Amino acid sequence: MTPLIELRDGLVRHGRRVVLDIPDLAIQEGERLAIMGPNGSGKSSLLRILGLLEVPTRGTVRFHGEVPDKSQRLAIRRRMASVFQASLLCDTTVHANVGLGLRFRRYPRVESDKLIRHWLDRLGIGSLAFRSARTLSGGEAQRTSLARGFVVAPEVLFLDEAFGALDAPTREALLLDTETILRDSNITVVFATHERAEAQLLATRVAILLDGRIAQIDAPTRVFAAPASEAVARFVGFENILPARVLGVTGGMTDVEVNGTLIRVGGTGRIGESALICVRAEDIRLLRPEAARLVSDRSTLLSATVRRVMPAGGMFRLDLDAGFRLRVLVNRHLAEAGTLAEGSQVHASIPAAAVHLIPVPELAHRAAASSVA
Amino acid sequence: MDLVLEGFRQAFLLILRGDHEVMEITWLSLKLSGLATMLSLLIGVPLGAAIGLRRFPTRNLVLGVINSGMGLPPVVVGLFVSIVLWRRGPLGFLELLYTPSAIVLAQFIIATPVVAGLTAAAMQQLDPRLMLQLKGLGASTWQALMLLVREARFSLLAAVMAGFGAVISEVGASMMVGGNILHYTRVLTTATVLETSKGNFAIAIALSVILLLLTFTITMTITALQQSGSNRA
Repeated sequence: MTPLIELRDGLVRHGRRVVLDIPDLAIQEGERLAIMGPNGSGKSSLLRILGLLEVPTRGTVRFHGEVPDKSQRLAIRRRMASVFQASLLCDTTVHANVGLGLRFRRYPRVESDKLIRHWLDRLGIGSLAFRSARTLSGGEAQRTSLARGFVVAPEVLFLDEAFGALDAPTREALLLDTETILRDSNITVVFATHERAEAQLLATRVAILLDGRIAQIDAPTRVFAAPASEAVARFVGFENILPARVLGVTGGMTDVEVNGTLIRVGGTGRIGESALICVRAEDIRLLRPEAARLVSDRSTLLSATVRRVMPAGGMFRLDLDAGFRLRVLVNRHLAEAGTLAEGSQVHASIPAAAVHLIPVPELAHRAAASSVA
Repeated sequence: MDLVLEGFRQAFLLILRGDHEVMEITWLSLKLSGLATMLSLLIGVPLGAAIGLRRFPTRNLVLGVINSGMGLPPVVVGLFVSIVLWRRGPLGFLELLYTPSAIVLAQFIIATPVVAGLTAAAMQQLDPRLMLQLKGLGASTWQALMLLVREARFSLLAAVMAGFGAVISEVGASMMVGGNILHYTRVLTTATVLETSKGNFAIAIALSVILLLLTFTITMTITALQQSGSNRA
């Protein structure tokens, strides 16, 4: 199937610095692609190029398989819409702001008004229609901004961190409303974010952009559970990334050794191979000594010493010493009960299914050169 | 002090009586300076917008030249325009020297940098991403530009006032290129100079008062327009 949009051989250079280097990125109709990456990784630049708002240093953007020439760009651009992080509203009413895209496309007034009304209501800001855009709260402004994008019924909607500048409750409400709207439509969406939750909620596919290159592109569950490289693992929030060596493989499980300790991993590795194992802090459980005896062979039990206790919102983050540093996220009540003071002994259980193994052949040299961090 | 009071009394009488000569001079001032301001907007706003919004290598230099132009001495402009329009000058064949058109030309040259400089500053105050957002909603470059000018409208009204203020009050250029010919190129400022040099201080004061009133009325109208808009929010 011909992709809706495709970037081929894309390169953006600012001076000598390569901002973006993407040999091929194809977006299918109806798909919702999240572009994730740290600040400065090139997300916004990529969105601008796909949206025909910027011309790359090199490369072509195809729309329905064809490269638009200069005279066609505006017409193609009008089949898309972009919404940015800062709701850049014009100094007029909410109604007129939402109608901007329709005005540019010279929609008849009556039809415009109907569409504007519809989308104001869909985004829950119908009552604000004739308020000045300057008097809106952050959430209301961003709702106006989103309505401005939806109202033109774009074939592709680009959202550049459209939820990023909002406070948590406002963002959550807007995210849920957006998800409802997107679920009911077949609109293709490309959105930039650095929030994992946002991508999990909205995306059908996730691309991790690191230093201008796509480090991994896959289904959200794959990207967040099985990162392709150490850099991706770090970016998607694996707090424990440990150098390991594969010792043996038995019945779909792999045993690896991390600094002298045996850890069981779901999936299979190659014996003798160097690897990194990645575990999320929230996937490790702390057990009472009596419960520790009941642990199955589908997880690894470690005894460790608590080195540091750090508050982390509603949870606590612990640094354990198990012969290597292990970071664990625990329930607030557990930490506050006083059993987890610095220096106390604990049992940590790591489910094999929660451990992801990344084979890294060149790691053997590195491990030899430096001690384990 | 008597002189000043007498001047005000005469001004009052001249205005009240609708003195033909004074009205003619006032109307001419308004007409020429108004026309010059409008022409300067036609060139200055697009020029200022382009400089304010675009990035190009010699941008700072161009901006510097225009900002210096905001303080262009009217006599220098008068001299320059005189030379150009002189019978043997490059545009001498047009025979424009000592005509109202020459005054409009000189005042246009004085007002344009003021309008362009303030327009550039106004456009630079806008969020640079606004242009991109408008295009992201499907605006052509022209549509986006028109909206940006609209966004900066309050600052642009300030540019109009500054431009008009600069030309209605200048005397050097009007004197040099217009020649202060009665019923033809005599405007409020040149008439004031003439009456002062003749020792007719009362009439000079009267003309000055009219000039001030005129400037105030027009500026006040634009200010009211500007503020009624910005207070809406």
